[in-house]
Amino acid sequence: MENTLKFNSKIPVSSLTHKWEDHKSTLKLVAPNNRYNIEIIVVGTGLAGGAAAASLSELGYKVKAFCYQDSPRRAHSVAAQGGINASKNYKGDNDSVYQLFYDTIKGGDYRSREANVYRLSQISSNIIDQCVAQGVPFARDYAGYLDTRSFGGTKVSRTFYAKGQTGQQLLLACYSSMSRQIGKGRIKMYNRHEMLDLVIVDGIAKGIIARNLVSGEIERHSAHAIVIASGGYGNVFFLSTNAMGSNASAIWKVHKKGGLFANPCYTQIHPTCIPVHGNYQSKLTLMSESLRNDGRIWVPKKLEDAVYIRNGTKKPEDIIENNRDYYLERRYPSFGNLVPRDVASRAAKERCDKGFGIENNDNKEGVFLDFSFSIEKYGEEKANELGIKQPNFLDKKKLGKKIMESKYGNLFHMYEKITNENPYNTPMKIYPAVHYTMGGLWVDYNLMSSIPGCYVIGEANFSDHGANRLGASALMQGLSDGYFILPYTIADYLSEHLTEKISTKHIAFQLSEINVKNRIQKLIQNNGNMSVDFFHKKLGNIMWKYVGMSRNHIGLCKAIKYIQELRDEFWKNVFVPGNIDDGLNSELEKAGRVSDFLELGELMAMDALNRKESCGSHFREEYQTKEGEAMRDDIHYKYVSVWEYKKNKPISDEIMHKEDLNFSFVKLQSRSYK
Amino acid sequence: MNFKLKIWRQKNREEKGYFETYKIDNISPNSSFLEMLDLLNNQIICNKKQDSSPISFDHDCREGICGMCSLYINGRAHGPDNLITTCQLHMRHFHDGESIYVEPWRAKPFPIIKDLIVDRSSFDRIIMSGGYISVSTFGKTIDGNMIPISKDQADKAFDAATCIGCGACVAACKNRSAMLFVSAKISQFALLPQGKIERKKRVLNMINKMDEEGFGTCTNTKACEVECPKGISTEYISFMNREYIQSFIT
Ligand SMILES: Cc1cc2nc3c(=O)[nH]c(=O)nc-3n(C[C@H](O)[C@H](O)[C@H](O)COP(=O)(O)OP(=O)(O)OC[C@H]3O[C@@H](n4cnc5c(N)ncnc54)[C@H](O)[C@@H]3O)c2cc1C
Ligand code: SF4
Ligand code: FES
Repeated sequence: MENTLKFNSKIPVSSLTHKWEDHKSTLKLVAPNNRYNIEIIVVGTGLAGGAAAASLSELGYKVKAFCYQDSPRRAHSVAAQGGINASKNYKGDNDSVYQLFYDTIKGGDYRSREANVYRLSQISSNIIDQCVAQGVPFARDYAGYLDTRSFGGTKVSRTFYAKGQTGQQLLLACYSSMSRQIGKGRIKMYNRHEMLDLVIVDGIAKGIIARNLVSGEIERHSAHAIVIASGGYGNVFFLSTNAMGSNASAIWKVHKKGGLFANPCYTQIHPTCIPVHGNYQSKLTLMSESLRNDGRIWVPKKLEDAVYIRNGTKKPEDIIENNRDYYLERRYPSFGNLVPRDVASRAAKERCDKGFGIENNDNKEGVFLDFSFSIEKYGEEKANELGIKQPNFLDKKKLGKKIMESKYGNLFHMYEKITNENPYNTPMKIYPAVHYTMGGLWVDYNLMSSIPGCYVIGEANFSDHGANRLGASALMQGLSDGYFILPYTIADYLSEHLTEKISTKHIAFQLSEINVKNRIQKLIQNNGNMSVDFFHKKLGNIMWKYVGMSRNHIGLCKAIKYIQELRDEFWKNVFVPGNIDDGLNSELEKAGRVSDFLELGELMAMDALNRKESCGSHFREEYQTKEGEAMRDDIHYKYVSVWEYKKNKPISDEIMHKEDLNFSFVKLQSRSYK
Repeated sequence: MNFKLKIWRQKNREEKGYFETYKIDNISPNSSFLEMLDLLNNQIICNKKQDSSPISFDHDCREGICGMCSLYINGRAHGPDNLITTCQLHMRHFHDGESIYVEPWRAKPFPIIKDLIVDRSSFDRIIMSGGYISVSTFGKTIDGNMIPISKDQADKAFDAATCIGCGACVAACKNRSAMLFVSAKISQFALLPQGKIERKKRVLNMINKMDEEGFGTCTNTKACEVECPKGISTEYISFMNREYIQSFIT
């Protein structure tokens, strides 16, 4: 009985194209004069949380916003490079809401909710208008209109961008809207604060426990509703493209308080990152997917050439055209270098596993991303435009480089700083890396988790991306959740809980605070010998090896066992320096986050083990076609796996529920990019 | 590579700080400066001496975009290379055996929190005073293409908009001026049609706030431009000055 209640996904029954409009018109409202008395906590001030905080306070609610950085402007959304999708059809390539919806559903390998994805596509257009109004300097064409580019998995040009810094520009706009409200006193901003627990009173979310990271104080905050926008959990792999502080603690604490966790095993691996080069490395750096518009991916055709390249006796330029294997163009002629991320990543792994990798690192992993063709092509076009007759090779290269610089300058600069190689002159070296997590807390159509009063938005929830995410769709989702969906849906809940703010003296707050304090004490007083990073790296190795780009039954069973052992070892042997009342203590912060990753990692492996099919970023080696493509099983696995934590029981005792996915509008097809 | 590090240690805002010397060996030239500090911290943690705690420093994205990392290295904000943040600085820029001095940003409006971490919330307060366009964040606006903007203008606004709010400009300036930071924001909005409406109010409020927070004035030494990781040009400061003067002429 309990479960059926928990599982009401509240998807409206009208036709797909009208669901959101119809639903909105049935949502209850809160009168403006009541809003000022209502307090809402927003945890996380990235695009999702920032947008929500700004919009909610604009509507007149009182907002308390939390982030662990020193300013909302630094949230991880700032790092998004490529762009944001919207179906505006400005380019006249026949784009439409339906087309964006279809690409996104297909990109997610039919493991996302149809209704949510359709709503996302409908809202996409408003987001661009909103951001332009806020002063986001999107790229423009010479006529002064908004410019777009293409991303993987689509055949239209619908990605709006601001050079390679789209996330930064969108976040700064969001941050300035927030700042305006902070200045007015409508948002109270808690910088350098970390949420460490969710407080529940009579089954309803009523507040949080947070730690002031500067003073070390443990604080209680109560509110009428809580919004979690704490981002993704890719750092469970230690090496990832995420910021170093990105963590799962907020969503994990909600999970342990009863919030259901959906599809934990879906981790997107991004195909174009700078390869790992040493064991001192702390993170991986992404090179935007948009580079695949102008770069061709290849490895040598001959094994001996790969060896020469790795040991430095040959340069990529020495390999003649005929001896290069443009494997994406070969395998997927219609999408070529623009296949979706999961497909491109697996194809790179396949080549490197066969020994064709070109990077001289431990695993010989890396492929080339070559811009010479585009540089020459652009150079020639520009020369024609300028009326230069018979331009020579160097002229063309110079002109072409200039055009590349205007499109990707900052990315090339970033690459050169890290690798000391100039990508204008020699191909980039790239390899897949952990990037985005499609799983997260389960939410209904209103974005409410299974705990009443606790909403989850942005990368922290699960609903829109299915088993894989196409590029430029996370920014879209974060902003649509924050600016355009939550502000409506939360009113529906609040209208029935107008007076119910609970005092922070309530026993539930006391108990939560004691728990948090005990945990901190346990970490600091533990008389161990190993640093937190030691355990994090070990966990990352297990995760990457067994729960990474491809998985199999035996490996996943091993992973579960190894993670359990590592977790025991952590609690026995971790050393966290400092004293309890010391205040700022980065090691303590990390320790708390890693201890949560050590639990979540196990659940990810359990989920991956359970899903006996290959879909999107979840590739089970046992389930593949003869050509090595993913084999989905719609008969048995067309569901969201939803995990429930059992209080005071180990993670291995979690129970899985299924939310069936119904597709009424699209026909399920096998996902081919040939 | 081996290094001798002289690192500023300071327990909190009130207590006095001092330089402490550390040795670190076997560093790959390809590791970043912050990765080198990670290794040093690991060394400190593994030694487990009661009186020595790991060094606190700010960082997050580690790819030069969040603006969180700081550090004054061998007398330069973000260290000895141009157009980069500290997290983008690699050890190949140093000589084997070199002594490296590491200090926090030093400026009155950036009080020290601990070791190398300073409080830059004065920047946030400047933005709060007017660094935005007062559009409501939900509901309906006009179609994006109804506001055409020439490519040149859009590019110029974009260049100003790339400021990451790191504060290197302040740290590099002998007057502790925040003009580069403030002018970048003002220029971005003043160059865009959407931002023109509030331009007078914006420049007045932001400049007043900047003074109030205790930042100094600009005397055109251009040290900020040299150290700015995003190459923000001092031309924007001139632009801001014009905006400021014009705001008095109605
Ligand atoms: C390198 C990179 C490039 C990308 N490029 C693109 C792209 O081109 N297009 C695209 O669509 N997507 C891109 N993405 C994905 C996209 O950027 C993210 O999915 C999205 O920005 C997530 O936004 P968010 O608001 O959900 O979370 P985030 O921006 O990660 O924000 C999380 C917030 O939560 C706070 N927080 C976390 N835990 C706690 C806690 N316990 N207590 C208090 N606060 C907490 C943080 O301080 C932060 O404010 C990229 C991602 C990466 C890593
Ligand atoms: S102007 Fe440059 S140095 Fe100053 S805060 Fe902005 S990015 Fe940093
Ligand atoms: S850590 Fe983000 S800019 Fe250096």
